[in-house]
Amino acid sequence: MTDDNSLWMSGNEAIAMGAYEAGVKVASGYPGTPSTEIMENLSKYEGVYTEWAPNEKVGLEVAIGASFAGVRAFATMKHVGVNVAADPLFTASYTGVRGGLVVITADDPEMHSSQNEQDNRNYAYAAKLPMIEPSEPAEAKDLLKDAFELSEKFDTPVLFRITTRVAHVKGVLQKGDMRESAATCGIEKAPAKIVMLPANARARRKVVEERTAKLMEVAEGDAFNRVEEGDRKRGFITGGVSYLYVKEAFPEAAVLKLGMSWPLPEKKIKEFAASVDELFIVEELDPFLEYHIKAMGVECHGKDLIPNQGELNTAIVRSSIDPDSAPELFAPAELPMRPPNMCAGCPHRGVFFNLSRMKDVFVSGDIGCYTLGFLPPLSAMDSCVCMGASVTIAHGMAKALGDEGKGKLVSVIGDSTFIHTGINGLINSVYNDSKTVLVILDNRITAMTGQQNNPASGHNIKGEAANAINIEELCHAVGVKHVEVVNPHDIAECRKALKTALELDEMAVVISRAPCVLLPEMKKAEHRPYNTKTENCAGCMACVKLGCPAISWTNITPEEAVAKGYKEKQKGFAVINEVQCNGCGQCAALCKFEAINREGE
Amino acid sequence: MAATGNILFSGVGGQGILLASEVTAYALLSAGYDAKKSEVHGMAQRGGSVTAQLRYGDKVYSPLIEPGRADILISFEMMEAARYLPYLHAKSKVVVNTQQIKPPAVAMGKIPYPADVLDSISSRGITVVSVDAFDIARDAGEVKAANIVMVGAMSAFLPMDVEVYENIITTRIPERFREVNMKAFAAGRKITA
Repeated sequence: MTDDNSLWMSGNEAIAMGAYEAGVKVASGYPGTPSTEIMENLSKYEGVYTEWAPNEKVGLEVAIGASFAGVRAFATMKHVGVNVAADPLFTASYTGVRGGLVVITADDPEMHSSQNEQDNRNYAYAAKLPMIEPSEPAEAKDLLKDAFELSEKFDTPVLFRITTRVAHVKGVLQKGDMRESAATCGIEKAPAKIVMLPANARARRKVVEERTAKLMEVAEGDAFNRVEEGDRKRGFITGGVSYLYVKEAFPEAAVLKLGMSWPLPEKKIKEFAASVDELFIVEELDPFLEYHIKAMGVECHGKDLIPNQGELNTAIVRSSIDPDSAPELFAPAELPMRPPNMCAGCPHRGVFFNLSRMKDVFVSGDIGCYTLGFLPPLSAMDSCVCMGASVTIAHGMAKALGDEGKGKLVSVIGDSTFIHTGINGLINSVYNDSKTVLVILDNRITAMTGQQNNPASGHNIKGEAANAINIEELCHAVGVKHVEVVNPHDIAECRKALKTALELDEMAVVISRAPCVLLPEMKKAEHRPYNTKTENCAGCMACVKLGCPAISWTNITPEEAVAKGYKEKQKGFAVINEVQCNGCGQCAALCKFEAINREGE
Repeated sequence: MAATGNILFSGVGGQGILLASEVTAYALLSAGYDAKKSEVHGMAQRGGSVTAQLRYGDKVYSPLIEPGRADILISFEMMEAARYLPYLHAKSKVVVNTQQIKPPAVAMGKIPYPADVLDSISSRGITVVSVDAFDIARDAGEVKAANIVMVGAMSAFLPMDVEVYENIITTRIPERFREVNMKAFAAGRKITA
């Protein structure tokens, strides 16, 4: 039930508020679904320094620095971002902290907006760090504040894991008390603790083990891990969002809810296990709790019943354990798929349209909106692995293929992803004499995650003026001789630039530059859509092949064709939806029959 | 109320589903219910099928609606209503905007937009209310208020009075859009009430 003081917030908004209430002073992150809104919201609070870092490793190191200076520090990233930040993470486990340091890992079971669904609880085990896992927004805010206190008390970074159904779920919560760091801000030299050369690191390694033992004692208490009384015929051990599904699927059962997923309370788990007839471990993705609980010698059900892939929900949890409980459902209707698509007027479309015409070319793709260039009708992306991997994979293929790959390897990367981890790859390609083409899709923004500024945007997280990287100068500086900037909406110019670059016998860069149509200034700009003179349409489908959501095709019969004044063999005609059209003009450039134009032209 | 009520919002990225689900959520909260809402962000928003799932009751645990348990389906696009058929039960109420947005294969002329798509729902005996939200919103003065027309049409199936929604529109929507949204809500409500 709610009252007048209740707030309605997403998990990410709640975490931002929790960071503020915890007295965080410095926060750094890289956008990534489902973590992005944490930093966006935190940037609106007074007294907290926030920034977008070029990548997660940089962001975490900034937070470590702030912690070393004695303030509470915070780093946010999505699950795959932790892979990028793993290097500092594993050693920060040895150095410990001065100001409390919490690292958000926002995991994406089901891969709603990710390339894999890795389970980052494994990082807590591997990096020997405590991990806190809330189930819902209100708990996320409270536990985050506790996590900062845990961090300072036990001299450890704390991993704070959320999943999509915590981050992007809204719930009811209340404002809380303000807390402060126990550390004092200032320069404090502690070389034996934070200069991690082998002799010092070996000493810290022992401290890490002692710390884990102490954290196990915390786990045995009720601060994070609680037993909820109930019927002991079936007992459940669960945590994170899975706890909510257990509570709905088996409301009568006894539950050991783990708010701390590492280290685990062995005594508590064994006691609970002994008190129930049958023990079930309910967790999304990996059998993380299950393996560690089985290693304690405790018998339990887990992934023998519960799926180890994708998200769980109440129905899956219930029917996995009680197969007869599955209700009869209406069969799904057979419908056309509706996958996401690049927006009407998206500048990336001009590049992918041209690449789609070059059938011999292998397009090594990257992570961003432009990964949608993979989808038909463009189908112009042949690989996509991780952030920054476009240019490096093209280079590796070039080295493997030799002459056979000449003039056939193109890598495609967005501006934000290029800055994230593409620059190193480009340096390698030049240094090791790649003869491939890198297309940098520069739309001045980190678009996929919802238009966050980046080091090429000219604005910081708060929208204030900031240095804007000159991408062409940067490419020249690392040794690229051929750098051409093109307007992707000009299909012919774009094709020429790609062809020229592919014919060169050296590493070449084409910068496709036009702003994202979702930028506020683009939305505010005068709406000047194109329209179709359907009487001129010859049914060639050139415009339809762009795959623009504003263009649709209508099939017609020979009789209808004649009635409309077309040639009898014309199969149909194209129409532009003027409400959706953003006036990019790519289709008009492709139309040879003057069927597409706009007012005043 | 003992059981948890489940409202499934469906449509296409960019149709204003989030605002509609927020207005509904605030109305439920101000009536004293606990609530949880699950949204989809990121890649799916780029013109793909999207949903928002809103659950309310004395105490709500899970943010996700179970298949077969959506009490209300409010769809902002016609075909998208049929996509969530497995979430419905015999007594579900379905409110559908009759606007059709062509998915890529239809826009390219490869397959037709499914004919009589709502029959797949009504043939199961489920109540389907069709709303021409676009035209109604235009008459109210702003086509972008189509989402609030839909909330109005759905509101008759929820336990709150009209005043609760009016209060939310007054306090949560910027002043310059208030009047048109009030009109849009009332026009939508008239269809079902």
